[in-house]
Amino acid sequence: MIDQFGRAGFLLVFAVIFPLIPIVASVALGLFKIRPSKPDPIKDSIYECGMVPIGDAQVRYNVRYYVFGLLFVVFDVEAVFLYPWAVAYVGLGVYAFFEALIFMAILFIGYAYAWRKGAMEWL
Amino acid sequence: MIEDNGIVIAFWILSATTIACALMTAAVRELVQAVLFLALTFVGAAGIYICLSADFVAVAQILIYAGAVSVLMTFAVMLTPAADRHNSETIFQAPALVLSGLLLAVIVFVVLDTDWAISDAGAFQTTAASLGEAFLKPYVVPFEVASVLLMVAMIGAIVLTRELEEDDDA
Repeated sequence: MIDQFGRAGFLLVFAVIFPLIPIVASVALGLFKIRPSKPDPIKDSIYECGMVPIGDAQVRYNVRYYVFGLLFVVFDVEAVFLYPWAVAYVGLGVYAFFEALIFMAILFIGYAYAWRKGAMEWL
Repeated sequence: MIEDNGIVIAFWILSATTIACALMTAAVRELVQAVLFLALTFVGAAGIYICLSADFVAVAQILIYAGAVSVLMTFAVMLTPAADRHNSETIFQAPALVLSGLLLAVIVFVVLDTDWAISDAGAFQTTAASLGEAFLKPYVVPFEVASVLLMVAMIGAIVLTRELEEDDDA
């Protein structure tokens, strides 16, 4: 188990190093005056696929988007509960099936309420 | 099982990253950046769980804390007016310092006071399957109660945001 994570960790280390190489190289070449530095306002602006950016990136969001975040957390936790159930399922049979069915049925009440209140609608 | 050196190296890298990110969370001035550093801290903690062979806890940590909780926090920051998004000086700084100092003292005391016995048992293979069996056999009731809790959280979230929305419209 742990050496599979070790391999993933190895990949993670490389995934961090690769984007760091050009950034560090750019700064280092700038420090030693090898890289020319001719900044102008257009070069320094944020690249938005060639469009001129309008306003600030950090606008204030509408509160109604918060409910999607909250619902996401609930479904995320639900998935975490169901995963060990799925792993243990094979040995346990029908009993495990009804166990999870009750679990889902209780959650479905909340889901139906959310649907009824229109919380699932993207505005 | 990777040779012990690998685990030790991984542990030190992960601890260093976790602590550095935790310090940056407190030090950084922009709240959005603080949330991102907090997410990295959660990922580092997940890495330490993996070093302890607690694979399921690690995945749950990434899924819930690094994934969902940091999304919620980002949302919370984005809901505040842009002018308030600074990690500025507040009157809570002194009490927070005292509180975290006390917490540190308690943790250090527990670490020093505990008699760290080394278990002869081998490393866990996978923790998810045994957790699943525990959910379905001795802990059936807590498992179902958890789903009631999630339902309450879902309904509560909708009720609260509905109220906020009405305030927002008014």
